[in-house]
Amino acid sequence: MGKILMKGNEAIGEAGIRAGCLNYFAYPITPQSEVAEYLSHRMPEVGGVFLQGESEVAVGYMIFGAAACGERVFTTSSSPGISLMSEAISYIAGAQCPAVFVNIMRGGPGLGGILPSQADYFQATKGGGHGDYRLLVMAPASVQEAVEMVMMAFPLAEKYRNPVMILGDGLIGQMMEPVEFPENLKSEPSKKDDWATNGMDTRKSKKRNLVKSLFLDPVKLNENNLILKEKYERMKREEVRFEPYNTDSDYRILIVSYGTMSRVCRTAIDNLKAEGIDVGMIRPQTLFPFPEDAVFQAASKKSCGMALSIEMSMGQMVEDVERCVHGKCPVKWYGKCGGEVPTPEEIMDVVRSNLS
Amino acid sequence: MGKTFKRPEALSEMDSHYCPGCTHGVAHRLVAEVIDELGIGGRTVGIAPVGCAVLAYNYFTFDFQEAAHGRAPAMATGIKRVRPDLVVFTYQGDGDLASIGMGEIIHAANRGEKFTTVFINNAVYGMTGGQMAPTTMPGQRTTTSPFGRDVKDVGMPIKVSELLASLQTPAYITRQSVIKPKYIVKAKKAIKTAFEYQIEGRCFSFVELVSTCPTNWGLTPVEAVKWAEETLIPYYSLGEFKNPGKAEGGSDAK
Repeated sequence: MGKILMKGNEAIGEAGIRAGCLNYFAYPITPQSEVAEYLSHRMPEVGGVFLQGESEVAVGYMIFGAAACGERVFTTSSSPGISLMSEAISYIAGAQCPAVFVNIMRGGPGLGGILPSQADYFQATKGGGHGDYRLLVMAPASVQEAVEMVMMAFPLAEKYRNPVMILGDGLIGQMMEPVEFPENLKSEPSKKDDWATNGMDTRKSKKRNLVKSLFLDPVKLNENNLILKEKYERMKREEVRFEPYNTDSDYRILIVSYGTMSRVCRTAIDNLKAEGIDVGMIRPQTLFPFPEDAVFQAASKKSCGMALSIEMSMGQMVEDVERCVHGKCPVKWYGKCGGEVPTPEEIMDVVRSNLS
Repeated sequence: MGKTFKRPEALSEMDSHYCPGCTHGVAHRLVAEVIDELGIGGRTVGIAPVGCAVLAYNYFTFDFQEAAHGRAPAMATGIKRVRPDLVVFTYQGDGDLASIGMGEIIHAANRGEKFTTVFINNAVYGMTGGQMAPTTMPGQRTTTSPFGRDVKDVGMPIKVSELLASLQTPAYITRQSVIKPKYIVKAKKAIKTAFEYQIEGRCFSFVELVSTCPTNWGLTPVEAVKWAEETLIPYYSLGEFKNPGKAEGGSDAK
């Protein structure tokens, strides 16, 4: 199949279907409402389930209920909506169910704005809900990559029996780009007999299954948290994804940037190269697990005198960059978080001012 | 002579954690008997609430999910939408359903979700230690209404069955009790009807059960039954409030 021009939000909805997920619950919120609008007519076409819930709180638990039956299920929302779903996300992680959440970020805090932002980095990678859990977080930098990440998310959620989050921003959701839906990313749901609550009759063992996150015995709760921790450690070993850019050069500055922001940085890096200034970039594609080693290695390069975390937030990812650079060079932050996307010229100015 | 009375297969052998005189055990048994009689244990998923029945899954022998506080109807919606072939019920108390989960139950009922809710109304928060619930009676003392529920300050107790019956979507809504055998017989019939409507794919079905909480009422089990009969039942009147088989739009409410 060739490429077609699609709006990011619609492509994300279609990607869920192409991945083999026919169950979608959501609540409208700008700038991602087009996903629900698209799937409200597309799901019936393919015999799938579409339901608009009464709130993001309820949608979170519709996802939990469906996921706990072992059915593939996903939802999409934007920042304030993800805050409301975070309760359910914590329960789903605690109960070890697979589910896919897409956050098309807008500015915050509070009602914030409706324009693109990356201010939910902490929420996505450090918690959001309560308790010791993590999400596998992937951050697309194009509509095509959003499609691929959504399609990859379902088997990953099943591999770890843990929620996976696609962390995009308003621009990814709203812009149109040519996309294709890779056949090789279609997948079959994995086995669920030993945990899913889909009726005892479906299982040879006839043993009943329980989906729960309550462990009143402190020893048992600790054990459950150790099981979760082992999964997150395994993600760190097996799921780190990143893209290096111009890192073969003798760059004096290393940029760490993801999503839409990284595309602007790429243009700035190309323009600076034409001026004779080399800047390298590590673009994390997974935010958890974070490409710790790649950032450390890139910052350790002899020529590198500084790492710059450039993000559409007031300095969130920079804490992970500092942690990973481990004192090899100074780390600075640059960003904006009102809905404006910094321009290539701004990034070039920031680089130049840090070189002089 | 054979056995004439035995533990339902859907009920586990585990001793319950419920207090002496609590009627959760009766309600559990009725649900289990109905599931056995309908032969649906192998395709049933129960949803436990947050409250005294948070451990309900220990007392049943079929698949169970455990919800967050008040969210059981949303989880049941998720299950029924993706697996309409499963039989799904939520088992919720009055703090869970009528307070924090009021939004979820109203919208699930209004969408006509094809699951069953068993709603235990004992006019108080049980598990957290006897705080005021939306169903607490006027003047009733609880740990957060130590001078008695002041209706000028916090309003009147919510009649959930009547509230849900006011929705225009067809449903089966009934209030029964489990405090005495004469009520229990009718309650079981109502629970069975509720599951049958679900299995037939007809409507949302809701059985409210006026229950006791001697521990948090500060009464003996015998006194608790008397108080429930004299105080709760006159306010929370028993009967069927809505039936999908009858005419729509208010005239079917008794």
